[in-house]
Amino acid sequence: MTLNRRLFLGTLASASAALSAPMVWGQAKPHVVVIGGGAGGATAARYLMKDSEGALDVTLIEPNATYYTCFFSNLYLGGFRDFDSLGHTYGKLADMGIKVVQDMATGVDRAARTVTLGNGDVLNYDRLVIAPGIDFVDDSVPGWSLDVAEVMPHAYKAGPQTQLLKSQVEAMPQGGTFAMVAPPNPYRCPPGPYERISMVAHLLKTNNPTGKILIFDPKENFSKRALFEEGWQKHYSGMVTWIGPDLGGANVEVRADTMEVIVDGEAEKVDVCNVIPAQKAGMIAATAGITDDAGWAPVDPASMRSKSDENIYVLGDASAQGDMPKSGFSANSQAKVAAMAIRGELTDSRVFPARYSNTCWSLIAPDDGVKVGASYEPTEEKIASVESFISETGEDAALRKSTYEESLGWYSGITADMFG
Amino acid sequence: MTGRRLFLAGLAFTLGLAPGVKADPLGDAEHGATLFKRQCAACHQIGPDAVNRIGPHLNGVFGRRLGGLDGFRYSNPMQQMGADGTDWTIERLDAYIENPRGFLPGTRMSFRGMTDGNDRSALIAFLRDWSDQPQDIPESAPTATRTEPQLPPEILAIEGDAEYGEYLSSECSTCHKRDGSDDGIPSILNWPEEDFVTAMHEYKSRLREHPVMQMMAGRLSNEEIAALAAFYATYGE
Ligand SMILES: Cc1cc2nc3c(=O)[nH]c(=O)nc-3n(C[C@H](O)[C@H](O)[C@H](O)COP(=O)(O)OP(=O)(O)OC[C@H]3O[C@@H](n4cnc5c(N)ncnc54)[C@H](O)[C@@H]3O)c2cc1C
Repeated sequence: MTLNRRLFLGTLASASAALSAPMVWGQAKPHVVVIGGGAGGATAARYLMKDSEGALDVTLIEPNATYYTCFFSNLYLGGFRDFDSLGHTYGKLADMGIKVVQDMATGVDRAARTVTLGNGDVLNYDRLVIAPGIDFVDDSVPGWSLDVAEVMPHAYKAGPQTQLLKSQVEAMPQGGTFAMVAPPNPYRCPPGPYERISMVAHLLKTNNPTGKILIFDPKENFSKRALFEEGWQKHYSGMVTWIGPDLGGANVEVRADTMEVIVDGEAEKVDVCNVIPAQKAGMIAATAGITDDAGWAPVDPASMRSKSDENIYVLGDASAQGDMPKSGFSANSQAKVAAMAIRGELTDSRVFPARYSNTCWSLIAPDDGVKVGASYEPTEEKIASVESFISETGEDAALRKSTYEESLGWYSGITADMFG
Repeated sequence: MTGRRLFLAGLAFTLGLAPGVKADPLGDAEHGATLFKRQCAACHQIGPDAVNRIGPHLNGVFGRRLGGLDGFRYSNPMQQMGADGTDWTIERLDAYIENPRGFLPGTRMSFRGMTDGNDRSALIAFLRDWSDQPQDIPESAPTATRTEPQLPPEILAIEGDAEYGEYLSSECSTCHKRDGSDDGIPSILNWPEEDFVTAMHEYKSRLREHPVMQMMAGRLSNEEIAALAAFYATYGE
């Protein structure tokens, strides 16, 4: 029955989608479509396929053949990893039987339960997982848009942007200035901008010791602040200046043509300007009509199911869930809960209570690693933090080194957990 | 550091020439026993009834081939070193204990290392007391026993629900790789269930250090710990 209905709907939708007769896919098994092959989507697809043991058809839609992790992209900036080590492909997921489609999802018809792809194909779904990561909020930093990202990179989606930022830092004149416009909350990877500052400082210390770093920050405070400030003092004394909202950090404009940052009306000439704009859920979430006024997609804390549509789950950065930071670790953790819930619905497998966790490691200097983490549980209203820990200031070098080594283990672990 | 190594290497040579001579070549074995109890005994046994647990037993470790005990699953690099004909000597033990991953990248031994040279020589003196090369095994009762703390038998007796454990394990596999390899975070595959349960309870009660593990174990119930232990005991075999 569902088969016919789906074929029928699929045909209709596709007939209107394009003139060249596009392909229509109908499945006999329940079909889960996953949009986005990142920390949330790749993990969800893998766990759905692995744990359902053939009872589900799983399709993963992702435009890029290689996924470059944002996590550890700062370590690449600092010279601790090569770029290729950040890249991961989808071959093992395809080998498991996941249908990996290299394209963009451009539309979601929730009534018809179909997803339209960039090439015009239309896919039917029983459940849809939306995990597109973030997009940037237009005009959040006046003067900046994606059009000037080649001059003032964001480097907050890993790939060519990250390489561009690194080459700009390396080309900085001696004694030049690196500026970062830090994002307002909420954004992906709360310690990410400050780990990046540490890595840029490390590069400058080696290549350009008279170089300066300015951070313009709209926030009163930031993640792991005491740890970062201690580290900057210790390793990069005098190099880093943080300008918070009381000194104009929330009133910043940029001019790409003159390489200026305008702070409270005063122009500062800089050599590199890393603008990390305000963020919102990846576009397709808004296209699907499941986002709130702030641009994120609210979910049920116990399952990651969209509050707007019972057939849709939202994972990772795009979701509005409560206390979990937007991180790769969180997205991976949420994906496992959603995969279990979806399997339970479609194949009657056992469903266990949701549990979530997160740990974010950051590197401050060679062998100087720190971490912050928490465990979470669903409550009626949100995913709530239960217990947390953070590295302490003044820890000895051996502990910091082992924290860094642990982060290498984590990277290896989570990427294997995502991509097989 | 190098000086210390050379010194130890020299000693090993002297001992080799005069086996059986009970000198006081190394550190304080009694201090070594305390260190063993605190830092090694959660995974390694030593003494008359010692058997392989998470780590291999350490009776007779001096002169033993690396990866040389039958019935223990060593890491590939450890096996490789053994296959290459490497035996445990004082200086190798010293280097390994000082920095396990530096000496043997890829080792499964999840131990950060012991930087204090005096501590290392004390520990080595203690290990040597349980080796017959040199032949000076004392008749005394074992100074080291594992199982700290003693878990109530009813906790150890809980039959784990391995299927639930499989779901719970998805939280572990973000860091602990499912193929058992160790790139900075230890493997937790194929641990004897009792050891797994003991370790988790030690994290839970904060007897073992590690903030992430204390947090993870902290919210696991006795049943959930048993479920994970049941799942991991046979996973990947
Ligand atoms: C500099 C930096 C450092 C970081 N460090 C860490 C860290 O150390 N630890 C940590 O846990 N996290 C870290 N993060 C955060 C982490 O990268 C993100 O939180 C995580 O990637 C979120 O996962 P996600 O699945 O929501 O999105 P992503 O991983 O971004 O994946 C989204 C995917 O969806 C695809 N996509 C988007 N739209 C569509 C569409 N319409 N159709 C099809 N596909 C689409 C994209 O191409 C992308 O591959 C860091 C981030 C940055 C920027």
